[in-house]
Amino acid sequence: MSVRVFLVDDHALFRAGVRAELDSITDEVDVVGEAGSVGEAVAGINHHKPDVVLLDVHMPDGGGAEVLRQIRATNQEVVFLALSVSDAAEDVINVIRAGARGYVTKTISSQELVKAVVRVSEGDAVFSPRLAGFVLDAFADRPGAAPISDPELDLLTPRERDVLRLLARGYAYKEIASELFISVKTVETHVSSVLRKTQLSNRYELSRWATDRRLV
Amino acid sequence: MRRRRSGRVVAGVAGGLADHLGAPVFWVRAVFALLTAVSGAGIVAYALLWMFVQQRPATEPEVETDRREWQQAVGLAALGLGVAVFTGLLANAASGWITGPMAVALVGAAVVWREADEAQRRRWRDGALGQGKAGVVRTVSGVVLVGIGIAAFLYNNIRLDQLPEALLAVLATLIGVAVLTIPLWMRLVRDLGEERRARIRTEERAEIAAHLHDSVLQTLALIQKQAGSEREVKRLARSQERELRSWLYGREVGEQPQTISLAIAQACAEVEDDFAIAVPQVVVGDCVLADGLYALVQAAREAMVNAAKHAGVSEVSVYAEVEPDKVTVFVRDRGKGFDPDTVPEDRHGLSGSIRGRMDRHGGEVRLRTALNEGTEVQLEMPRKTEART
Repeated sequence: MSVRVFLVDDHALFRAGVRAELDSITDEVDVVGEAGSVGEAVAGINHHKPDVVLLDVHMPDGGGAEVLRQIRATNQEVVFLALSVSDAAEDVINVIRAGARGYVTKTISSQELVKAVVRVSEGDAVFSPRLAGFVLDAFADRPGAAPISDPELDLLTPRERDVLRLLARGYAYKEIASELFISVKTVETHVSSVLRKTQLSNRYELSRWATDRRLV
Repeated sequence: MRRRRSGRVVAGVAGGLADHLGAPVFWVRAVFALLTAVSGAGIVAYALLWMFVQQRPATEPEVETDRREWQQAVGLAALGLGVAVFTGLLANAASGWITGPMAVALVGAAVVWREADEAQRRRWRDGALGQGKAGVVRTVSGVVLVGIGIAAFLYNNIRLDQLPEALLAVLATLIGVAVLTIPLWMRLVRDLGEERRARIRTEERAEIAAHLHDSVLQTLALIQKQAGSEREVKRLARSQERELRSWLYGREVGEQPQTISLAIAQACAEVEDDFAIAVPQVVVGDCVLADGLYALVQAAREAMVNAAKHAGVSEVSVYAEVEPDKVTVFVRDRGKGFDPDTVPEDRHGLSGSIRGRMDRHGGEVRLRTALNEGTEVQLEMPRKTEART
């Protein structure tokens, strides 16, 4: 069964391009609808009930984060994958914290995009090297950092750090697994756990860091 | 009709009127002088025109006042004033006590008004509100003159025992006027703020337009010309994207990068431009670029160049991590790879430029490669304690 995908982007040209690419290269994904604004997106997603929403970060009226908030208030089933031209750390971290399960840039190849869509639809997280770098940086132990209130959420385990480092170096899950002598499933578990921490941690640095640093 | 901005003696009224009527300015001034001689009507007319007629826009070129014309105009004015005072004295000797202080007050007002004109001109020219020291001195002395004139007038026309009542009346009137004109002042202040904001917006837009023109439009034109060459189009698009991003996020790479993240970004950009490949980089942490780290960046650049030349790939990824005690850089490609033992002695890229550089500064190089498995160069440089940030 193919993954049902809904496109949200305020650039009609870009939507048409992604739709054409996804339709032509694979049967694994099926674009069921698209929207160009926050209102349209919310209505469309509620109507089509897609598996995965490809979400643009920058849109008028609150952007992708606003769509996430409105949908996730009523529907926890649908999965979001953020897609953006932006490299700004605050955009990346904010959309992840709003509930997206992954973040890829618009320059990603079509094959990679299909893989990412399938992966998030199966419940995994998708970290681009850049996102991995952001998260590593955000959780970094700096002198004078705020005290850790909840070690469960505010600290990465050494293993998670290793996985993130390899992700940032551009390794695929399979390569990470063989590098660290663990299974691909374990790599996925680590990445999902990092995603959860990124979303739920109240660590002071995470929010401040994202606004301080526009770009890494 | 507009008052003259250039070639003026007092406020450019006579010149403006001459322009308006198409008459020589000398005759206009003479008529003003004559009217002044006749019970001061010329002064009143001049003052009214000064108040209600706007100056010409500042965009027109300014011409310095001709010295001879100046003398002529001042002579005419003096003549008119002299005759007026003389006839006034003849008509009623006692009224000298009224006209004298009034004249002082008028001169003071003229100084203040002229200064206001000047200040406005400067504001247009410099886009600033500051008046300058000389301007303040002129304004203050004008105000003092007006004050002396009015005080002298009052002193001679009001008996001392009436003074408190008179002062009270004046004060009450002033407060009344101030209250009545509050909306006017408010509007003035608002207009001024509005105007400055509008100017800032226009300047910003002009700057953005100029930047887009210099960069994006030029690149698009180049891309259209090079449309046949995919490699060249990619290179242009990539370098433009990088440039636009650094401009948008205020991270322009200067001549000499100061931090390691900027230095790595610059090295990647150079390799991208030289070899038409993509070099995405991820940098975690940052620090000031000290000696050994400079060598590290150079070695990393050499590794990128090797990958670009020999690996046969369109993308080389770079990951750098700054830790308290060391900086690590990974340069990785998914290209052909090679067997390190078979590299001929004369190819010094790896041994000289990379290993040599790193060894000299106490760094380490590790190499992971195999045929068809890609290559990863791992560079590690310890940080000297004093270089810590």
